[in-house]
Amino acid sequence: MFTFRKGGVHPPENKITASGKIIAVELPREVTMAMSQHIGAPAMCIVKKGDHVERGDMVGKAGGFVSANVFTPISGTVVKVDKTKNAYGMPVDSVTIAASDEDHASDMEERFGQSRTRGEIDTLSAEEIINIIGDAGIVGLGGAAFPTRVKLTPPPGKHADILVINGAECEPFLTNDHALMLARPDELLEGVRLLMRGADVEKAVIGIESNKRDAIDLLRTRLDSDESIKVEALKVKYPQGGEKQLIKALTGREVPAGGLPVDAGAIVQNVATAYAVYEAVYLGKPLIDRVVTVTGPSVTAPGNYLVPIGMRMSDLVDLAGGVPADTGKVILGGPMMGRTAVSLDCPATKGTSAILMLPESQSSRRTVQPCIRCAGCVAACPIGLEPYRLGLLSAQSRWDMVEASGVMNCLECGCCSFSCPSSRPLLDYIRLGKSTVGGMIRARSAKK
Amino acid sequence: MSILYAIIVLGGIGLLGAVVLYMVSKRFYVKEDSRIALIEELLPGANCGGCGRSGCHDFACACVSASSLDSLVCPGAGDEAMNKIASIVGLASVQSRPMVAVLKCGGSCEVRPSTARYDGAGSCAVMQQLGAGTAGCPCGCLGEGDCVDVCNWNAIHIDPLSGLPVVDEDLCSGCGVCTRACPRHVLELRPKGPKGRRVWVACSNTERGAVARKECTAACIGCMKCEKVCPFGAVTVKDNLSYIDADKCRLCRKCIVACPTGAILDAGFPISAKDAAALADKKQQESKKDD
Repeated sequence: MFTFRKGGVHPPENKITASGKIIAVELPREVTMAMSQHIGAPAMCIVKKGDHVERGDMVGKAGGFVSANVFTPISGTVVKVDKTKNAYGMPVDSVTIAASDEDHASDMEERFGQSRTRGEIDTLSAEEIINIIGDAGIVGLGGAAFPTRVKLTPPPGKHADILVINGAECEPFLTNDHALMLARPDELLEGVRLLMRGADVEKAVIGIESNKRDAIDLLRTRLDSDESIKVEALKVKYPQGGEKQLIKALTGREVPAGGLPVDAGAIVQNVATAYAVYEAVYLGKPLIDRVVTVTGPSVTAPGNYLVPIGMRMSDLVDLAGGVPADTGKVILGGPMMGRTAVSLDCPATKGTSAILMLPESQSSRRTVQPCIRCAGCVAACPIGLEPYRLGLLSAQSRWDMVEASGVMNCLECGCCSFSCPSSRPLLDYIRLGKSTVGGMIRARSAKK
Repeated sequence: MSILYAIIVLGGIGLLGAVVLYMVSKRFYVKEDSRIALIEELLPGANCGGCGRSGCHDFACACVSASSLDSLVCPGAGDEAMNKIASIVGLASVQSRPMVAVLKCGGSCEVRPSTARYDGAGSCAVMQQLGAGTAGCPCGCLGEGDCVDVCNWNAIHIDPLSGLPVVDEDLCSGCGVCTRACPRHVLELRPKGPKGRRVWVACSNTERGAVARKECTAACIGCMKCEKVCPFGAVTVKDNLSYIDADKCRLCRKCIVACPTGAILDAGFPISAKDAAALADKKQQESKKDD
């Protein structure tokens, strides 16, 4: 079984929603499309109040190279172009679209069918595939929402020879990728083949943690005689799905510090991204929905929901039985890397992989105690950093030393905070250090 | 006999060390302007950075080599010390304008309903990264006290009742370190004003009035009343937020009376503007009655 060597932790898996069942959510009457749902420049709004848009129309155009188009999942009229609050309470530029009865009825018919013939698809060049992916507004659906087009376009002079498909889903509670692998294996593999052609690589390897044995077996059977794609079982260990950890586990290659995966000859994409690529190329469907796991120990109807992007999260949570009374925190994403939402009265975005409602007893932080120099965090760090030191230096605003200690290599997996017996908020400070140092580095390069 | 050897050997080593140290101290002697030490004695020694230099020693060096003291003002030392420094370096002293840090936020626990709890690291900068904070306002004070931590003068403390930082006017040197440490930039350096009297807008919220009002009843809603009522053109409203230019403000406090949310505050006046207005009203009514 494949795994990475350094660090890592074993949080309880809690995959209570593991199944191949994806519950399709009925299209809402109103959606709010945030212009910034991805890493990079926000999209530019191209509609104005009163405009009529159809399901799948573009409402936001990519605002730069590292950016992504935004599409509406419902037909309707633009009722508001203004700032609305995101889940973290910050105002962001958004477009609100409301559907009339007619619009709603017209959306009931499936409008994305076979848009290209088999022959057309087979003759697409790598560049054309990347353009289709870019135009469809596809971003990495693992959670970080990095534009896929950029990932497939390595810097000049660098070339990848292997595509790594991330089906590890190492975060506890999350099962959205698992469900997708079980429910749409053939489409997903088609997406992988398209990504291979787009990235111009000969082989691909799909890494899946061994707690998803059914998905591994299913994909292996569906692959049949295809030798170019391999499906490998990964040891259950967090953060197995980290880009650099996955490359190390599956290819044995090490991504150099400060480098990109392509420096190790690899490009990493999530399984859900591969499925979105299939939809964009075969069906001509832009990224307007995604699978979201709504879960929690006391949620009445937890499950994997196919959610139109832009749908109000509170409506989605209501479908799963509402927020349980004992909830202490609502986390967007997994419990290890997710961020706590301050409000659910906001739209789901491309990066919303899960809504996790944790009871108060499991979510509140313990009292912070002094560091006892046990080096538990050092042993747990999958990068080999010294989290206790980074945390301390960041808390003291000694940014030059934070940078020298390699903070930019941190993947913010949270193993350090998880393993700390003194419950120190290590990652809180390391994130602060990483963003501050990142800002300093950008300012320096802008000066040059 | 052995004790004699020990004395001779140790004495010898000591002598050799002394000679080496003497030679090194002569050979590598750094000649420093003697005035630097004199100036440093006059400075507070807090290394706060309020002068724009990396510390008090750096400031003293700059004073000695400067051709004019125009841009060299230590906010912590006060005018008396700056006059002494000016006489040491033989330049004309520059009168500084005493500044004080004021809080551009009135979002106390009472007026700003809490929307979330926070149990992460006790730092405003960390909290800012996570989003809006514990109240709906994305612009206001976060209340974790980053300003308190950086203040070298112990001039700021968090009021446990309001949850907001309070600046002690007498201790604040106006160095401005807190204004740079605040991730939300809700602290501003403003002139202390004549007799310590000043008027400022205690809000930083740039959202539309209705939104801001919902988040905090003491928020500036950008209604423009203050701008209209100001006889000196000192008030401008930009991005739904009012700002009072301290240079133009003549401290008439009409804006305070006009403000519907009480977002404009004053300090140093013997009687608050609202009370003064009420008093004037009362007098007027009484005089009408008399007529």
